[in-house]
Amino acid sequence: MRNPTVLASGFLGVNVEMLKRVVEEGAGAVTFKSIGPRVKSGHRNPTVLAYEWGMINAVGLPSSGYKDMEGELARMKELKAPVFVSIYGASVEEFCDVAEAVAGYKPAVIELNVSCPNTKAEGMVFGCSEKLTAEVVSAVKNVTGKVPVMPKLTPQALNIAGVAKACEEAGADAIAAINTVGPGMLINIEARKPVLDYKRGGISGPAIRPIAVRCVYEIYEAVDLPILGMGGVTEGRDAVEMMQAGASAVGIGSGVYYRGIEVFNRVCEEMKVWMSENGYKNVKELVGAAHE
Amino acid sequence: MSDMPVSNRVRKVVEENKEVKTIFLEESMPGAIPGQFVMVWLPGTDEKPLALSCLNGEAAITVQRKGKFTDGIFRLKKGSYIGVRGPYGNGFDADACTKPCIIAGGVGIAPLAPLAEKLAKKKPVVIMGASNEGKFIFRERMEKVGKVEYATDDGSCGRKCFASDMLEGVVEKEGIDVVYGCGPELMLKRVFEICKKKRVGCQLSLERYMHCGFGVCGSCAVDGYRVCVDGPVFSSKQLEKMTEFGKFARLKYGKKVSLNEYYRWRE
Repeated sequence: MRNPTVLASGFLGVNVEMLKRVVEEGAGAVTFKSIGPRVKSGHRNPTVLAYEWGMINAVGLPSSGYKDMEGELARMKELKAPVFVSIYGASVEEFCDVAEAVAGYKPAVIELNVSCPNTKAEGMVFGCSEKLTAEVVSAVKNVTGKVPVMPKLTPQALNIAGVAKACEEAGADAIAAINTVGPGMLINIEARKPVLDYKRGGISGPAIRPIAVRCVYEIYEAVDLPILGMGGVTEGRDAVEMMQAGASAVGIGSGVYYRGIEVFNRVCEEMKVWMSENGYKNVKELVGAAHE
Repeated sequence: MSDMPVSNRVRKVVEENKEVKTIFLEESMPGAIPGQFVMVWLPGTDEKPLALSCLNGEAAITVQRKGKFTDGIFRLKKGSYIGVRGPYGNGFDADACTKPCIIAGGVGIAPLAPLAEKLAKKKPVVIMGASNEGKFIFRERMEKVGKVEYATDDGSCGRKCFASDMLEGVVEKEGIDVVYGCGPELMLKRVFEICKKKRVGCQLSLERYMHCGFGVCGSCAVDGYRVCVDGPVFSSKQLEKMTEFGKFARLKYGKKVSLNEYYRWRE
């Protein structure tokens, strides 16, 4: 990776052309929006909103299924940056079906979305349990060959470091943390109705940054794996903070809302300035620096 | 920053014809420009992007009755609450032209009508197409602003042809330098090709399924462009680079399909 910023899953990653654009805007790596085993239409609008302190979404993992995505996946080599592919399933078998097909396209990383709060069957049910998450990881590892596997964890787990540890023991190659927080709810008081059609939605953006930093800090102490840290990173200083907590790379998603699609270049520039002002030569020196 | 649906009361409802209504909102949007849109939320039904169709000191949306959501819009009365967020998108660049032509297919005139009014001093030529005379809206508004040419499928008003069939002649005769358009995408594709051939610029407003409206989700992607923030209005230069324009669009769950299949799903 030419820099530590990564387009987080769920944002913009619908096709190769859009990912190319994100790479042009400075991302060090990009992630395809979560791909599932079959067509899933997702939730009705409103699905993505922003309140004063963060974003709230319940898009519901819409996907045309991995078979339909083969055309796009086959083109990932056109991208001049590592490509991560996020996948989901409602069972260990489904995760494996998707992972096996996706691994055939040799992405840089397969991210396991075991932590989406916005669906009943998929996601968070796995991520809250050390045992279930580890089961998914080890089963997926059996079908993905040399392609690294990175579970994305939920802050709703009682002990996120424990889940990370279980993933490490199950053979995970890296850990991504965190997925959205909550779910939360906002009500339109004139309509007397929850604003999201799905009522509940995951919280992201600046509001969750302290939770994300704490989670990454704890995971760093528990495992010896690289961590993709994310949650509320919108500025260079936030990225430095996430790396000092223990992240080797930093995911940016809601930051696209707060600072535009050019957020990647801007964060990198701001990091460079901060690093030179503070005597750092290499981003690697930042990783885990807050643990001394 | 906040992008939540804000409760807005309906100030009045105008029936444009049997299938089309204009809903005026109590809160005007003084900063909005022609071509921008708002996300309109009907609690319990859906939230969809709709073009602002009126901007002279008041804000309005104009809706053709098609399905469950637009049925809900049709039931709105003076005083009803709806949720509105926006305005979103780039809007038309009204300064780009000296002699503009405005071309609309059906209710595609909605975002173009406030543009035509803004461009009144430049005497725009307006071409409006519809299946028959009864389908036209905003005739009076447009006739006040400039010369209006009509095209209908059955010849009941103006010429019996597509609106785009009249464009080449208008561009030549009137010395048009920029064409502004909105309507079915296959019509826009023809408009684009005619403009390219006649070497005049165009600004065309595209439509895609949207979730967020502010550029983060990617559901409205046309190649690497986001219709919600990079558009909905695109210039000839941008349209030239698109491989999906006039050919493909994405369904709600992201599947890329032909425009025909997309329109069938939208019905």
